[in-house]
Amino acid sequence: MQKRNALLSVAALALMTAMPSAWAQAQTQGKLKVGFMLPASGTFASLGTAIDNGFRLYVNEQGGKIAGREVEYVRVDDESDPSKATDNVNKLIKRDNVDVIVGTVHSGVVMAMAKAAKESGTLLLVPNAGADAVTGPMCAPNIFRSSFSNWQPGYAMGEVAAKKGHKKIVTITWKYAAGDETVKGFKSGFEKGGGTVVKELSLPFPNVEFQALLTEIAALKPDAVFTFFAGGGAVKFVKDYSAAGLKKTIPLYGSGFLTDGTLEAQGADADGLLTTLHYADGLNTKRDQAFRLAYAKTYKLQPDVYAVQGYDAGQMLGIGLNATKGDAKNIQGFAQALRNAKIDSPRGPFTLSKNHNPVQDFYLRKVVGKENVMEGIASKALADPGLGCKM
Amino acid sequence: MDFATFLIQCLNAMQYGLLLFLVASGLTLIFGIMGVINLAHGSFYMIGAYMAYALAPVVGAAFGGEFFSTMVAGLVLSVILGYVLEWAFFSFLYEREHLQQVLMTYGLILVFEELRSLMVGDDVHGVTVPPFLNGTLQLNDVMTYPVYRLFISGVCLLLAVLMWFVFTRTRLGMMIRAGTNNREMVQSLGIDITLLYRIVFAIGVALAVFAGMIAAPVSSVYPNMGNAVLIICFVVVVIGGIGSIKGALVAALLIGIVDTFGKVLVPQMAGVLVYVLMALILLWRPNGLFKD
Amino acid sequence: MRHPSSFVMAVFGLLALWPTMASSYGVDLVAKIMIYALLALSLELLVGSTGLVCFGQAAFFGIGAYAALLLAPADGSAPSLLWSLVSAVVLAGAYALAVGALSLRTQGVYFIMVTLAFSQMAYYVVHDTPLGGGTDGIYMYVKPALGWIDLDQPMHLYGFIWFSLLTGYVFLTQLLRSPFGRALAGIRVNEQRMKATGFSTYPYKLAAFTLSGAMAGWSGYLFAIKDGFVNPELLSWHLSGAVLVMIILGGLGQMRGALIGAFAFALLQELFQSEAVFGSYAKHWHLGLGLAIMACVAFMPHGLVALPQQFRERLSGRAPSKHTEEDAA
Repeated sequence: MQKRNALLSVAALALMTAMPSAWAQAQTQGKLKVGFMLPASGTFASLGTAIDNGFRLYVNEQGGKIAGREVEYVRVDDESDPSKATDNVNKLIKRDNVDVIVGTVHSGVVMAMAKAAKESGTLLLVPNAGADAVTGPMCAPNIFRSSFSNWQPGYAMGEVAAKKGHKKIVTITWKYAAGDETVKGFKSGFEKGGGTVVKELSLPFPNVEFQALLTEIAALKPDAVFTFFAGGGAVKFVKDYSAAGLKKTIPLYGSGFLTDGTLEAQGADADGLLTTLHYADGLNTKRDQAFRLAYAKTYKLQPDVYAVQGYDAGQMLGIGLNATKGDAKNIQGFAQALRNAKIDSPRGPFTLSKNHNPVQDFYLRKVVGKENVMEGIASKALADPGLGCKM
Repeated sequence: MDFATFLIQCLNAMQYGLLLFLVASGLTLIFGIMGVINLAHGSFYMIGAYMAYALAPVVGAAFGGEFFSTMVAGLVLSVILGYVLEWAFFSFLYEREHLQQVLMTYGLILVFEELRSLMVGDDVHGVTVPPFLNGTLQLNDVMTYPVYRLFISGVCLLLAVLMWFVFTRTRLGMMIRAGTNNREMVQSLGIDITLLYRIVFAIGVALAVFAGMIAAPVSSVYPNMGNAVLIICFVVVVIGGIGSIKGALVAALLIGIVDTFGKVLVPQMAGVLVYVLMALILLWRPNGLFKD
Repeated sequence: MRHPSSFVMAVFGLLALWPTMASSYGVDLVAKIMIYALLALSLELLVGSTGLVCFGQAAFFGIGAYAALLLAPADGSAPSLLWSLVSAVVLAGAYALAVGALSLRTQGVYFIMVTLAFSQMAYYVVHDTPLGGGTDGIYMYVKPALGWIDLDQPMHLYGFIWFSLLTGYVFLTQLLRSPFGRALAGIRVNEQRMKATGFSTYPYKLAAFTLSGAMAGWSGYLFAIKDGFVNPELLSWHLSGAVLVMIILGGLGQMRGALIGAFAFALLQELFQSEAVFGSYAKHWHLGLGLAIMACVAFMPHGLVALPQQFRERLSGRAPSKHTEEDAA
């Protein structure tokens, strides 16, 4: 009986070797393997879907091929869990042998991805996560971002707030990298314009009991409030802020994520809110209209900033690979092409800084009804300083 | 902090605590009376919130007067859901060891979340506050307090009183309390213990679902919202004492105070403070404040 | 000393030979599973052998992991494997001692919830305070070394993980056969009776709890070294729940159940996430996993280990028998 058990265990382990390689697609010559590492469940699932949709829209517009190679997709659910991130990205790199990794939404997860990509030399395109470090200390020739760095929207709003004549501002956000970095960006833009941040309030992520801090804000009586929240937290904050009567007396400014994808839930409480982001509704450019039409037709949904970022990741991949004639291992050539490129994005054309982050216009948007309507340009061709990047 | 702000913070603490009590009371009820650990309790809260979102347009169209009819429809549905779940699933857990209950309900959380994702999707949603409750009270020159939050506190208090009344002054309450102590004896007295347990479970579920529904306008509706509530509820039950409704109320209010003032006075430590509170209370009373 | 079962010997032998057969991904995967297997062993000591259902094992795992990174020398040189491992294990054990001292005053359901709450406390300390580097975690770029052992080399790392698992397994099985282990078994079976014979059970339970925490810290240390990255989710109750699933999946009351359970759980997850099997529904893999957990607890309460026996008993019509101490391995 012991022998039987031993044999069974050998069989089980042998099965385990066989399974991953059977599950992974056989490596066929010529096909371009794109590995998506995006959240399929939990709070960020809809963002993951939008990015996926945007990217695939681009590829379909190219007839399913990039630089002559047919595109094949592999998906891994990162669950927005940093503790599984290394294992998940290694699935793509070592098990599935992808040519390029596209992901992700959560900044903690993207850090693990950046580390793994740096070590293995695989191309990494980041279609959302704004962690400053990705194009800062963790930057690498094979890592590119099609979205933004957390510092950017904050800085843009800081300049706007200073121009509006506010002198004393209180900031409030979650205590994690995205919140801290956005507020830092705001602070540097605002203080450059002559203002002062009198207090920086924060609560642990993802806690959404804001009442205590709203009372605190009321007691401090600042000229205005700047905030960063996203998703469910953004919905609740905007509603709580309005219900506490603060909206009428103390103007609220935010990074664009405060009102992106959340307007239907926020309703009238979001009316008139000013935010800054690299995308807005009603841009009325031919490029954007064509994109929005195509997206809506294909997915029966309206696109958002995440879809645009996914689409542009596709564009960037196309530009790079066309320059290297489809060779995903020619990192030098790829990076060279992208550094000199102007990407024709639905958000407006943008270039990449030498630390591979978009240099782009940031729009000042106002909430009107169910849309973030563009009011003007908050900051033109804003580049992330890329502190700590040695490339 | 000036006195006016202090009072407002107390109001915030009380409101948070009372809502917490409503959710936790269901947990301690099921725990105390049937000895079942139910990790999926947070999922019931989530179901309540999603019900508020999904039912409102449907019920409103059919019955008019959206808010109260949604509430009533939701309550009816939740009692039915609790009843069916108990019959189909939870009744098998009474005989089982605690570890198995933990694991089965842990699996249930995963199932509920994915079913939610399949049925309603992953987007964040809002629920509008009914117009007649949408007002605000002016507290000082800058701050107002939403009437709806006062409404929530009021409803929770009312339910607390109702629960006390049912448990101490009615036959049903008497049977429930007897059933906790000695299941076989109660059965031999001719009372249908299976039906009794089913009713209690349905009430426990209904409490959590109802809490989710009334909280939905202020908390908004999003994936994984049940998880955070679940853990805090466990702390409420641990501090208050298993099976004690009174304990749950006191513990929830204590946690409300610690959390609210902690956020303002020591924001770095705010998350940990609640657990430090729990550790201190356990040092003093290993079985919680009020052992039933 | 009784011979360890040949089944377990075969498993360890296979694991030792694995790097020669598998791709680098396969080696990584099995290394990860071995680390979880060590964590499962530590929990098995508490739940299966002593009857204490702890829902907070992730805290000790996480403390071991964070200790590995936080105690690394600031100048970026390779930490000494000996000192960093020992300090990680000691720190995890110390927290286990503190938590155990407080929680073991409670019983049953209470104990489960209290252990959960204490693990949440550790989670929030790491999550909210600057001590832990916040929600995005911290990185380590240099792996420990000792003499000729350099964990930067994948084979050395794999070997060290294999060695840790083997050590843990042998240590626990020998422990369970010792008088100490007999006392734990007695506590599991009937604590009242033990106390009635004048046995003081509290020190034994506390010792088991501390040992279990220390071993969990060891596995956390290995995890941190392997990934080079720690974050607060390592202390989350989801991990505590997952380890409980592993040991009940494998089978309580037997150390090899923990090993089997860890492998089986990892395989289950890979299965449900596979697009080759489930197509576009693979994104809802939590559903499959949840149902599998519920089915396992409902229909296989004695776990995979007991499956062959259950089968045989069904066929021959005999009633299911209870596990004895001889089965402890």
